[in-house]
Amino acid sequence: MGYGCCSFLHKHITTSVYFTAFWELQLRSRSLLTFHGSASMAVRALTRGLLGFRYSRAATVASPCGGHHYVTAPSVKPPQPQADDVTEKILNQPLEKPDFFRVAELFSLKDLFDARVHLGHKKGCRHRLMEPYLYGCRLDHDIIDLDQTMEHLQLALNFTAHIAYRGGIILFVSRRRQFGHLVETTAKDCGEYAHTRYWQGGLLTNANIQYGPGVRLPDLIIFLSTLNNVFQQHVGIRDAAKMNIPTVGVVDSNCNPSLVTYPVPGNDDTPAAVELYCRLFKMTINRAKDRRKQMELLHGLSAPTSQTS
Amino acid sequence: MAASCVRTVGSFLGKCTKCSSSINTVATQVLLSRQVCVSSALCRKNLAAAGPEKFTLEYIQKQVEEYEIGKRHLANMMGEDSENFTQEDIDKSIAYLFPSSLFEKRARPLMKHPDEIFPKQRAVQWGADGRPFHFLFYTGKQSYYSLMHDLYGKILKIEKHQDRLRAKGLFSQDAQLISLGPSRWLTKEELELLLVETISTHDYDRFIKLMERMLAMPYSSTEEEFVQRYRRQLEAQSMKQMMPPLEKDENGVAFSTAEGRRKTSDSSVILRDCGSGHITINGQDYLQYFPVLQDREQLMFPLQFMGVLGRFNLECTVSGGGRSSQAGALRLAISRALLSFLSEGDGEAMRQAGLLTPDPRVRERKKPGQEGARRKFTWKKR
Repeated sequence: MGYGCCSFLHKHITTSVYFTAFWELQLRSRSLLTFHGSASMAVRALTRGLLGFRYSRAATVASPCGGHHYVTAPSVKPPQPQADDVTEKILNQPLEKPDFFRVAELFSLKDLFDARVHLGHKKGCRHRLMEPYLYGCRLDHDIIDLDQTMEHLQLALNFTAHIAYRGGIILFVSRRRQFGHLVETTAKDCGEYAHTRYWQGGLLTNANIQYGPGVRLPDLIIFLSTLNNVFQQHVGIRDAAKMNIPTVGVVDSNCNPSLVTYPVPGNDDTPAAVELYCRLFKMTINRAKDRRKQMELLHGLSAPTSQTS
Repeated sequence: MAASCVRTVGSFLGKCTKCSSSINTVATQVLLSRQVCVSSALCRKNLAAAGPEKFTLEYIQKQVEEYEIGKRHLANMMGEDSENFTQEDIDKSIAYLFPSSLFEKRARPLMKHPDEIFPKQRAVQWGADGRPFHFLFYTGKQSYYSLMHDLYGKILKIEKHQDRLRAKGLFSQDAQLISLGPSRWLTKEELELLLVETISTHDYDRFIKLMERMLAMPYSSTEEEFVQRYRRQLEAQSMKQMMPPLEKDENGVAFSTAEGRRKTSDSSVILRDCGSGHITINGQDYLQYFPVLQDREQLMFPLQFMGVLGRFNLECTVSGGGRSSQAGALRLAISRALLSFLSEGDGEAMRQAGLLTPDPRVRERKKPGQEGARRKFTWKKR
């Protein structure tokens, strides 16, 4: 153990795509996640040549720890060291493989194409920062590069699966009225949470007063559409960045991908595409939760003797 | 708290190094700790922002236990059966033991179940692991939004049902609209009470609009039970006229009794279906009792309106007031007594003519600083 920041930087960058997730999940406390998240993000920015993330978190690490009331691990640690070992093993085992939950099997490029995920907006609506993700432009319509979408979607689903495996709170956000009911139903089916209504200012930043003292904030926010009804960036993206909450967002060709932790370039307007995303996220989360139950049963059964996985 | 106003920011990192063993020490050495001076104003609590006082569940449970014990003590004190001591008995006992002449009923001593005294509050919304119970918790208004979500789900279900019928060819436009009866939608306050959370007028309007939209769809009768939960029955529009019962005396003559009031006069009338048209007031003949034509007209008006002038015998008693108010009281009493002899349509006609409406006008009191009830003293310019 004892990975140093320096040693991390020495690793070869292209293979560190999955190790980014590994490193982030290695540490339990979310405030530290930010710090190392910023380091990993900076690394990714260097490699991919993406525009600099104005990651405001990097400078201000000095936020009081006591303000966060969070539970670091979903399972309450009993005093016995043996059960502690079991929990540690359960939590660390998925981090050893790059695609432990096999999320890559859930979708193929053809599925994305059939769901019309590659269709972007017109050239005039294009956001400057989305240019790297576009395959091209045909008759003024932007086409999103599905190869890149595949990679990003895989990363995003993998991250979601890991968060769900660890019992994190996932919040689905979308301000599109057409898909509000669908997103809420998806969240209900996964056992997670949704917010497809008017976003009140202090929901994340003023949580202790809005909800009551001692509330637990979401551990991941998934944006099915990063824009609100007036075609501006959703306030939740900025607030999540402020509160050190990682975000997964479906960014269309008119969206700003910079503050989203795991952007997934793709169409957010077509019902087929949004249904596909909802289905994929639901399957990943359910899969991860089932896996967790399996692991607990497995280790719970063989806890006193040596474990067999 | 007020004393230690200087926070050291570096201590945060120290705490975190304790909790995670694998932290890189390189990073901690890079960041410096600096002193942050904070004024006591920041440590002060904003009392107004806390909102209405919140009671914990244990406190309310304790209050309920105390109430139950107190109820038994009260029953023993009053010598009543402590098992079957109802709330009415409690109210009477308290009124007896603590007589209060305060005008405001709500200021008088009171002993009620804590559920009626303490406003309904929401219990803690999340479990031991911090996960909220409701899937819309993070919206802030979970009950309202979950209601809207369910409502929209029902609309989609009805639309799917319609599509299925259309595919089979069985769709008909005018089928099975919900019959609601004389009822009204819940008011905003009632909805707030139901949901145990505050909603804005805008939210309420949207809810009503969505409900109306659902009701306008052809096959909405499947969701009738859901809709009725959000409607209240109106009291019967037309109050049934309080008809005096028709009795028969020993000679087989049908008669009815009614009372009437006007200003300070009270009257009672017995209407007999004899056929002579004889009228007695306080033992005297009506010509003697009411020398003025106007009063006699008032008396006769109900009978003349119905065209039964010569049919009935009237035996009246009246007291209080002046001649005009006595005549008015008698008129009301006669009209009421007449209701039992007439049909529904005639009764409705009498009501529309204003014969059955008691006149609410009473003498207005004189106010100080004025000569009369309305008349002011003469105003002199100088």
